[in-house]
Amino acid sequence: MLKLKMMKILMLGWELPPHNSGGLGVACLNMARALANRGANIDFILPYSAKHPHTEFMHVYAATKLDPLYRYGGGAYESLKITEELVPTLDQKAVLSIREIQKEYCDFVEKYLMTHQPDIVHAHDWLTYEAGVIAKKEYGIPLIAHVHATEFDRAGMRNGNPLIHEIEYEGLMMADRIIAVSETTKRVIHEKYHIPLQKIDVVYNSLDQEYDKNTYHFEESTYRYVKSMQEKGYTVVATVGRFTIQKGLSNLMRAAALAVSKNPKLLFIFAGDGEERNKLIKLSADLGIAENVIFTGFIRGKNLRDIYSLADVFVMSSVSEPFGLTALEAAHHNDALILTKQSGVSEIIWSALKYDFWDTEKLANEILAIAGDEPLKTELKENIKNEYRKISWDQIAKKCLRIYNKVKQKEVI
Amino acid sequence: MRAICLYLHIHQPIRYKEYSFFDISNSSDYYNGEYNDRESNERIFRKVTEKSYRPMLALLEKNINKHTDFKVSFSITGTWLEQAAKWEPDLIETIQRMVKTGKVEIIDETYYHSLAYFYNLEEFESQVKKHHEVIEKIFDISPKIFRNTELAYNDSLAKWAEENGYKGILAEGWDKVLGWRSPNYVYRPFNCSKIRLLLKNYRLSDDIAFRFSNRGWKEWPLTVEKYQNWINLDCIHGNLVNLFMDFETFGEHQWKDTGIFDFMDQFISSWLGEYENKFVTASEACELMEPVDEASMPETITWADTERDLSAWLSNSMQIAAMEELYALREQVLSTQDKKIISDWEHLTTSDHPYSMCTKYWHDGDVHAYFSAYASPYESFMYFMNVIRDIKYRIAESEK
Repeated sequence: MLKLKMMKILMLGWELPPHNSGGLGVACLNMARALANRGANIDFILPYSAKHPHTEFMHVYAATKLDPLYRYGGGAYESLKITEELVPTLDQKAVLSIREIQKEYCDFVEKYLMTHQPDIVHAHDWLTYEAGVIAKKEYGIPLIAHVHATEFDRAGMRNGNPLIHEIEYEGLMMADRIIAVSETTKRVIHEKYHIPLQKIDVVYNSLDQEYDKNTYHFEESTYRYVKSMQEKGYTVVATVGRFTIQKGLSNLMRAAALAVSKNPKLLFIFAGDGEERNKLIKLSADLGIAENVIFTGFIRGKNLRDIYSLADVFVMSSVSEPFGLTALEAAHHNDALILTKQSGVSEIIWSALKYDFWDTEKLANEILAIAGDEPLKTELKENIKNEYRKISWDQIAKKCLRIYNKVKQKEVI
Repeated sequence: MRAICLYLHIHQPIRYKEYSFFDISNSSDYYNGEYNDRESNERIFRKVTEKSYRPMLALLEKNINKHTDFKVSFSITGTWLEQAAKWEPDLIETIQRMVKTGKVEIIDETYYHSLAYFYNLEEFESQVKKHHEVIEKIFDISPKIFRNTELAYNDSLAKWAEENGYKGILAEGWDKVLGWRSPNYVYRPFNCSKIRLLLKNYRLSDDIAFRFSNRGWKEWPLTVEKYQNWINLDCIHGNLVNLFMDFETFGEHQWKDTGIFDFMDQFISSWLGEYENKFVTASEACELMEPVDEASMPETITWADTERDLSAWLSNSMQIAAMEELYALREQVLSTQDKKIISDWEHLTTSDHPYSMCTKYWHDGDVHAYFSAYASPYESFMYFMNVIRDIKYRIAESEK
């Protein structure tokens, strides 16, 4: 255990709050902090240059001078579009594609490794796997590939961008060990990339520690319309996320229509934005429930928390969701949860209704049941309180350290 | 003389299927799902028949024929009988043969294995009567002993049983009630004169029912010699050992490969191998001795969980709402005089339904989760309430 304290970790990530677009940055920050609290010495390399408050426990390096806005080039999450699309750099003198940003990132990591000797390289998702592979191949440093999502997840379990598949495959093959955020993801890695199961550890995520601070207050007066609907007996059902095929939102919309046909006092809030937005708006109109559906556009921070607070029910309708941090966030704001069985978070949450992502009738049934039976809503909300925090970041750090150690020991032999 | 009163409870609920909101007013077939559904009554009944009912009944019948002094008491619910008649009728024939030998006693209870006693006395009485009549018809005997669902017992239930002509009633021999007293005697319920109270020796019963296959138990493996020695020691206080348990202990709760069948087979022979030992039926147990004392249980006591109360059935708001909604419908249901509606409603009173809505230990995935057919307590509640809604719809239709 003493040896662990001295362990030096090189973390390769693509974003950290407040410059994050989703759960990835939040998970990286919380994990790094918890590892540092257990004595790990962490260097974190980012592809862009910006200020990050609350990261004093580690050393953050910027691989480029890019503004954080352009770190995804054409947008990593809409991965089918990733080509050589050009984006301007901060100083406007050059333009870069995501592949070029990744090349610069790799160069920076190589330069870093000439002067530093980390014990472990911990790479988060495909964006950083190439850099991780360099550390492993050229410098012999053990590589941990952390899978927050695979390209198959992002593409709704169909084939995604072949280039990304290739990078992912190489990273997973070269890694000494793989960390998956759920059993669901472990299975995807095994089935789609044929990686042996014994090479993969499951480490779940936990709620952002920011939520422990009592700085948030929900002001009902800001949302008079929704509140007045609730007073009239409406049940508010919310979903939050990027509007991509992965999130299964068309199914949620169809279920919403089915449910509204039996109980018109339902209000659905679709919070987020993405490539499927227009399709979803049209679908809500085609199904004749436009009046029951609210689109908020992209939201974050307090606005996002307000949506959780307003909602009675939170639905995670993902076709494939490696973990699904938003479910824990919704639980924190006292929502009853409905989760697809294809979400990682449903493996650790018992006090929720569950369904298969294609089963719109069952989803409608569950929405109607919560809206129609107060005791069900009460019990779901009450019981999730004792559950959603059962995994702590400290436990997660402990598990990561154990994995690091295992890899280190193997290296000695 | 030392006697064992072996009493086995035979029950399977008739579960409602995943009855959707969209089925309401379109289909009223609540209980017949697909064979491969997780709630499939037929599949579960046939499975438990192969694992438990058939082999254990064979074992008991063999011992009845082999030993003059081997006797056993059963309580058999109406929902079990309905399903056995439909899918495994030979089970009923076996029990009929056993009853004919005079060495098997059948004990009365509510036909639907319900908690009606706590909600509606009339409904309770009608279910007990229905059970009594069905047992008389199928087995040609008239039960004289009563047990309530989950051995739920209190003083007023004993009074009711006495007033309704029962000569004995069963309850849990819980320490908090007995104090220093031993369950190995016959007791007189509080404020009663004629009726006798038989109390489960829960330690010796649970050694078989719960601990038998537990490798973490320091007494594992339980041998016949060891167990018989424990009974001998326990008989220092009283010489009647009431072993009450679920019939499914044998083969379903404790699987065949734990050696439970061989254990029981050998134990019966071994126990009867000593000249002073015998087995008695519940009725005979009541007559073994005069009551040694009065036992009072003003609060309801059951044989369930460490709390020995009804909290696994009636504690969370879903369970309470479901049962209140259900019993509130009784008058309306009966006034339809529609046999199908009445029967569908009655089947909803089975206590396994609120049990499957129990969230007490749900997150631990323990025994409650293992024995529930539904994906979660929340789903069970959801389907139950949908059925209730459809029954309300049918009542409204019949009034038109």
